[in-house]
Amino acid sequence: MTFEEIRKRSQDQWEALDKGVYVLVGTATCGRAAGALDVIDAFKSELSRRSIDVPIIHVGCIGLCYAEPLVIISRPESLRIVYHNITPDLVSRLVEGYIIGDDPCLELALGTLETDGREAPYIPELARFEHELRLILRRCGYIDPENIHHYIANGGYASLEKALRMRPEEIIEEVKKSGLRGRGGAGFPTGFKWEACRQAEGATKYVVCNADEGDPGAFMDRVILESDPQEVIEGMIIAGWAMGAQRGYIYVRAEYPLAIERIRSALRQGEELGILGDDVLGSGFCFHIDIVEGAGAFVSGAETALIAAMEGRRSEPRVRPPYPAEYGLWGCPTLLNNVKTFSYIPWIIEHGADGFNSIGTAKSAGTAVFTLAGKVEFPGLAEVPMGTPLRRVVYDIAGGMRNGKKFKAAQIGGPSGGCIPESLLDIPIDFDVLREAGSMMGSGGMIFMDEDDCAVDTARFFLDFTTKESCGKCTMCRMGTLQLLSIMEDISNGKAKIEDLELLQQLSEDVKMGSLCGLGRSAPNPILTTLRYFNDEYRAHILEKHCPALVCRDLIAYHIIPDKCDRACEHCILVCPTEAIKGEKGEIKVIDQEKCSKCGACLEVCPPEYNAVAKISPISKLPPRVIKKEYSAIGAG
Amino acid sequence: MKEKGEEFSAEELSKILEKHRRDRNGLISILLEVQKEFGYLPKEAMKRVAEFLGMKPVDVWGVATFFNQFRLTPLGENHVKVCMGTACHLAGGRLVAEALERELSIKVGETSDDGYFSLERVACIGCCMLAPVTVIKDRIYPKMSPFKVEESLIPYRQESKPED
Repeated sequence: MTFEEIRKRSQDQWEALDKGVYVLVGTATCGRAAGALDVIDAFKSELSRRSIDVPIIHVGCIGLCYAEPLVIISRPESLRIVYHNITPDLVSRLVEGYIIGDDPCLELALGTLETDGREAPYIPELARFEHELRLILRRCGYIDPENIHHYIANGGYASLEKALRMRPEEIIEEVKKSGLRGRGGAGFPTGFKWEACRQAEGATKYVVCNADEGDPGAFMDRVILESDPQEVIEGMIIAGWAMGAQRGYIYVRAEYPLAIERIRSALRQGEELGILGDDVLGSGFCFHIDIVEGAGAFVSGAETALIAAMEGRRSEPRVRPPYPAEYGLWGCPTLLNNVKTFSYIPWIIEHGADGFNSIGTAKSAGTAVFTLAGKVEFPGLAEVPMGTPLRRVVYDIAGGMRNGKKFKAAQIGGPSGGCIPESLLDIPIDFDVLREAGSMMGSGGMIFMDEDDCAVDTARFFLDFTTKESCGKCTMCRMGTLQLLSIMEDISNGKAKIEDLELLQQLSEDVKMGSLCGLGRSAPNPILTTLRYFNDEYRAHILEKHCPALVCRDLIAYHIIPDKCDRACEHCILVCPTEAIKGEKGEIKVIDQEKCSKCGACLEVCPPEYNAVAKISPISKLPPRVIKKEYSAIGAG
Repeated sequence: MKEKGEEFSAEELSKILEKHRRDRNGLISILLEVQKEFGYLPKEAMKRVAEFLGMKPVDVWGVATFFNQFRLTPLGENHVKVCMGTACHLAGGRLVAEALERELSIKVGETSDDGYFSLERVACIGCCMLAPVTVIKDRIYPKMSPFKVEESLIPYRQESKPED
């Protein structure tokens, strides 16, 4: 079958679908967690009860995680409406309203995908989408990731068809000219990597997609693979053609079972249509892709470590050069790119290098995909042009901080990145600006912190992660991170001395210098940036034993304010897991500080009308009367 | 003495090995399949895998202990995973983990003596907007708190009660 014939078939299928009513339900992992599968069951039983046959299609994620489960109902010659936070009990209302009747159920809608001037908000005009520019996420959530025809009907594989008519050198030139930089974190110019691999000597070459997304707090690669896997595959086939490779691998974390399932089905369908296989689209070019499941190691994100894991060894990085482009998988030239990097390739081939480099900043072309998590109103996924100010991401796209709290910092790039404080909210985000600020693009995971988050504790958390994930090959990374962690723990326990700050700074720099791969070289970033931007907080922990954000456990105490305690209420007593709260009915409740495990359950259950439980830091601020009373109570017991 | 949970079916293992070539590149996928079958990597099974691939057992052990996915002890019937990713940490994931430890009377990384529960900390399951998250069996419990822990465990306790 020629590509034209395949495309015709896809378009016919898509048009046939569009002629009737159909329902799209976001069933990526995030949608499932929010209960999307129950919603689908509810749709199925409601429709079969009424003997109506309407296709219900599993789609990926459109990036509005806060609105999951998300349902889109499409009707011919009418508006496509997006409904948010749908629970099974709302399903009959939707079926009755918009599938059978003419009531668009606007009270459940987030907005419409087309506009006819009615009251419903028009989604592309929502603040969030006005600032977004979706190149690689454009199909996510609107097509069935397990139906290749949906992809092709929406422009898919046209770039491959075009690329196969180009010479490999032309493609590489185009990628070079586009200014695309690797989206795995370091931002190495993709075109140069491609050129090096193309020019490397060797009859056998490989193309490897790094889908080992290990940053705790970033999930865009998962979303792309679960929502539009064909886009990544198309990018890989084009890369294969440009490299002269016959085989590609997608190295994906075993922690992402749904992504694996959807890639597998995407590959199978590609093979069935002759888009993958011995004769790609009748061009005579042979290209196969296999999945390799990673067994979970953050260090595998480093390219040489990933190759070690693919070869069945401990995932330890090695000295470069030689670079994988010359000496990679099983000693052959290997092109290794991140999921998103491959996703951009079809777009660049379709729109040309100039189409791409006209977006973004001079040195960082195109868009950036971020996951937005933490204390913001609308967590989710966003794709914005490079150079977008951080402030716009926080306030216009993520909806600002939750519960009216104050923005404190954004941690960008996970454990390898650093935090950006409020004073830098107006910086334009791109590879180089972030690096200057001491952070890095890294995975693109953004975690927003408010005034209740402690800079010291957050840095300690990341160090704890990198210490566990260090592969142990380089001494500075293996022992240095451990030492850094122990200083950080001393600080959050109130046992550190002020001289430790200098040691922390020095050792951080040494660890960066003395490590081979990105893990060790960037592990101290969270410490260095918090030392730089939140030095006062470090000093308060050390000098005053005071945690300003009331987080570090050894520096805080829970206290029941006598004037506010209702006396008759016993919520806190019932919930306290360590029986630390004393007080008969009708008496003021008192927390025994010796027994208190500081779990915070009492604060959580104390009815808001009393709001009697408070966190106090430093502990010396506890009213002496309370301390005395408790000690006498312990003595008596 | 046989270690607890060290029983595994040699027959099932052979079935897995048959599907693979004797190529050490395939070690990780073999180990993943072995674990899928038995729930963990029994020592004896690792020895057999080493033999099959012509490797030293210590090299298989080295790989098995390197990656987070591999477990060397069997899981409880009800496996509880508490997410300690960044978003979950900021939202109080550690307090949830401690509450789980208290309720289950086991530490993170352990399996209870009766084999009903095991508790594990995971780095991120990619549901950051629902933080802090706990996964019991395959069900995701969003927006957890120490207070909700006891209640969320109830169905599993009843289910796992032995029928007298």
